[in-house]
Amino acid sequence: MSAPLAEIRGLSVSYGRDDARSFALQDVDLDIAKGRRLAVIGESGSGKSTLALALAGLLPPQARIEGAIGWPGLAHPPVAGRDIGMVFQDPGGSLNPVLTIGEQVAEGAVRHLGLDWRAAQSHALALLERVRIPDPQAALGAYPHQFSGGQRQRIAIAAAIAAKPGLLIADEPTSALDMVVQAEIVALLDDLVREAGMTLVFITHDIALASGFADDIAVFQRARLVEKGPAQAVLTKPTHAYTKHLLAAQIDFSTPRLIDGAADA
Amino acid sequence: MNRVAGRLMRSPEGVAGFCLLVLLAAMALAAPLLFPGDPLVIVGRPLTAPFTDPALPLGTDRLGRDVAAGLMHGARTSLLVGLATALVALAAGALVGTVAGLAGGLVDEALMRVVDAFQIVPGFLLALAFVSVTGASLPVIILAIALGAWTGPARLVRAEVLSIRERDYVASARVIGMHPAEIALREVLPNALPPVLALTAVIVATAVLVEAALSFLGLGDPNVVTWGSMIAEGRNVLRTAPHLSIVPGLGLVATVLGVYLLGEGLADAMAGREARG
Amino acid sequence: MHRALTLTRRRIVSSIPVLLIVIIGTFLLLEAAPGDAVDAYLLSLGGGDAGLVAELRQSYGLDQSLVKRLILYVGALLRFDLGWSVAFDRPVLDLIAERLPNTLWLMGAATALAFSLGSLLGIVAGARPGSLTDRALSIGSLALYAVPSFWLGLVLVLVFAVALRWFPTAGIETIASGKTGLARVADIAWHLVLPVSALGFIYLALFLRMMRTGMAEAWRQDFVLFARARGLARRRIVLRHVARNALLPLVTMLGLQAAAMLGGSVVVESVFAIPGFGRLAHEAVSGRDAPLLTGIIIVSAVLVIVVNLLVDIAYAALDPRVGSGEASS
Ligand SMILES: Nc1ncnc2c1ncn2[C@@H]1O[C@H](COP(=O)(O)OP(=O)(O)O)[C@@H](O)[C@H]1O
Ligand SMILES: [Mg+2]
Repeated sequence: MSAPLAEIRGLSVSYGRDDARSFALQDVDLDIAKGRRLAVIGESGSGKSTLALALAGLLPPQARIEGAIGWPGLAHPPVAGRDIGMVFQDPGGSLNPVLTIGEQVAEGAVRHLGLDWRAAQSHALALLERVRIPDPQAALGAYPHQFSGGQRQRIAIAAAIAAKPGLLIADEPTSALDMVVQAEIVALLDDLVREAGMTLVFITHDIALASGFADDIAVFQRARLVEKGPAQAVLTKPTHAYTKHLLAAQIDFSTPRLIDGAADA
Repeated sequence: MNRVAGRLMRSPEGVAGFCLLVLLAAMALAAPLLFPGDPLVIVGRPLTAPFTDPALPLGTDRLGRDVAAGLMHGARTSLLVGLATALVALAAGALVGTVAGLAGGLVDEALMRVVDAFQIVPGFLLALAFVSVTGASLPVIILAIALGAWTGPARLVRAEVLSIRERDYVASARVIGMHPAEIALREVLPNALPPVLALTAVIVATAVLVEAALSFLGLGDPNVVTWGSMIAEGRNVLRTAPHLSIVPGLGLVATVLGVYLLGEGLADAMAGREARG
Repeated sequence: MHRALTLTRRRIVSSIPVLLIVIIGTFLLLEAAPGDAVDAYLLSLGGGDAGLVAELRQSYGLDQSLVKRLILYVGALLRFDLGWSVAFDRPVLDLIAERLPNTLWLMGAATALAFSLGSLLGIVAGARPGSLTDRALSIGSLALYAVPSFWLGLVLVLVFAVALRWFPTAGIETIASGKTGLARVADIAWHLVLPVSALGFIYLALFLRMMRTGMAEAWRQDFVLFARARGLARRRIVLRHVARNALLPLVTMLGLQAAAMLGGSVVVESVFAIPGFGRLAHEAVSGRDAPLLTGIIIVSAVLVIVVNLLVDIAYAALDPRVGSGEASS
């Protein structure tokens, strides 16, 4: 195995005043291996999104950051958008309601690939095709509200990978979607990552979803990384009580989940 | 409530507004004590310059009336009109909004069209027309200004009533057998109050400005001193004694600014926001 | 295009009952005035005999019942007949048509100034919420927002007309200058600088503040985080993503403020002696001219409806979600 893409060492992120400091991440050590798919699992509030934002350098200014993130797999410090693509949970909110899909998918390419707007638009067209948006030509001139939740997430993915980043971080990309659409999005991400040889960090609170396609798994609980390792090992021989608890809770896969959000048209 | 007051006192806007208004209120309250006579009476030589006569610290206007007395008594008029207008507008708006929201159907529809009608007529023109019909006196002016100000609270209260109406506790109050009017008074109105209070600052400020404008046009109550009429008076000698127009205008700016600042501070404090830094 | 048409039609239809309420309300309010148009007319003549009074009353239809007169009035309105001005002894409609353009220029210019400069400064303030620039602009705009327009007008005259002599003190154009064409336009524009500023500055402050609040709100939206995550240039995020969204409520405000601005023009036109619609209202009140005042109020209501119609169309053009039936959040 080659050098990891990113090395997280002793990373802590905290908020609040000195006398009342609350940790969103505490003392995390984690490697992100190049070309592999890492699933980050943990319940809500365990610090998963904070990890994603820390990797992309998008933490808010009031966050206090200790420790370090090294990028031995990159020749230069990563640039959000160009080296790291991000996909967020709420596909409705990620897209600007008053700008066309074409503009929003193309703008990343204009910024990082040095394309002019015309070239970027045809680049966007290809991307929309790749994420399987029906009638991509028409979609270029359409607005977010004209698409379903699942389609919007596909569009957001297209926008996120417009500048061909080597690392894609998907922060609960399917949690707001219904189950059938969830599976489609996961399959799409899997395809894209495989095709382009991207590294994927897939954040979810759903261990069943992660177990399907992750190479590695990292489990977070209350701001701490409690277990990490190859997926197979973590799933079959969990060492931490919390991981065992998560696995036990998910044994019955047919149990309807509560998190299914808005129905997808 | 204490928390709100505490947050208010920590926001620079809130403190500044509070201080300005306390100062103006003090002026208004002290006016009859410091200047017991009628401020419209001629007391000295016309156009006495300020700071020349210790008895008339701010000098006199074109007719020889005491400017300092006018200024203090003018604060009285402005604050009175602002507060009274807000009171009338809020009461009327709350009444109409509650009735429309609770009644629904045709009553709601009709009332809201009336609200629309009042909103498309410029409030200042309405006040002009009303004053011209009934003759200028302070109560009439207050009513005239309220005529253009009650629609905001009415809309707000109605929306609030509609949203609260369907919530659990109103439903349960209905089950208990409370009369709709009782529900309105005890459950709905107190909940609708915070956003209405935020609107109050705007109404008070607008009322102060509209009263000043009416007085400036010579349509104010001729029997009381107002800053607007002082500005209009001073305008005749704008080139030679500009302070006669400028100083009362500063009083207006201070009042309106104080109201806005306090309103802003209050809104922030009620929303639980600390002063943004 | 079809969407805008449907929208327009719906707006117009729903304004009819509202306008009717305005007409009836205004008519009744001014009916309640002590004395009628004939009294006012006679006052201006210095008296008249009983025969003349009865004759005049009949010619104005004042001998009829209230309801009948209201019906007559509405009927006349439908024929674009706004009645007869007692004070000017001319048709109300002619007077309004003569005075309205001046006011529309004044309001249009004030709106343009307020909207462009206000949103621009609002973007400057909102680009970095909480920064020194933001706080300074916020306090400055609040102070400006508290300034009465007529007083601001006087101060502007004092500074820029009396002391510096850069602009004229009053009027809409140089009297009997014989200027034509572009020279005349320039002359009018030169005369309008101070009144437009006096009327527009308050709204400039308002738009600045709205833009600033709207941007602060937009910064918290997910799509801004997504834009930052894609590494877009700060300039593009501020202008295209944040400001573009914050602009929408400003457009709505444009319509909501139309009535207030029309009211504001009354005082500003009086300060600067501009023979406009607002000053006409003042003159109608001074001359106890009820038909004229009624006409003015009705026309201003129509004007406000038209402005709101235009604003709706502009909004529909700016917000792709309008009228698509799928508009959420
Ligand atoms: N900007 C912030 N300010 C204060 N606390 C925050 C902020 N962002 C996140 N947190 C806190 O950090 C913790 C971890 O949050 P997050 O990383 O979003 O968890 P997850 O994504 O696993 O649900 C939570 O307790 C959250 O309240
Ligand atoms: Mg999260």
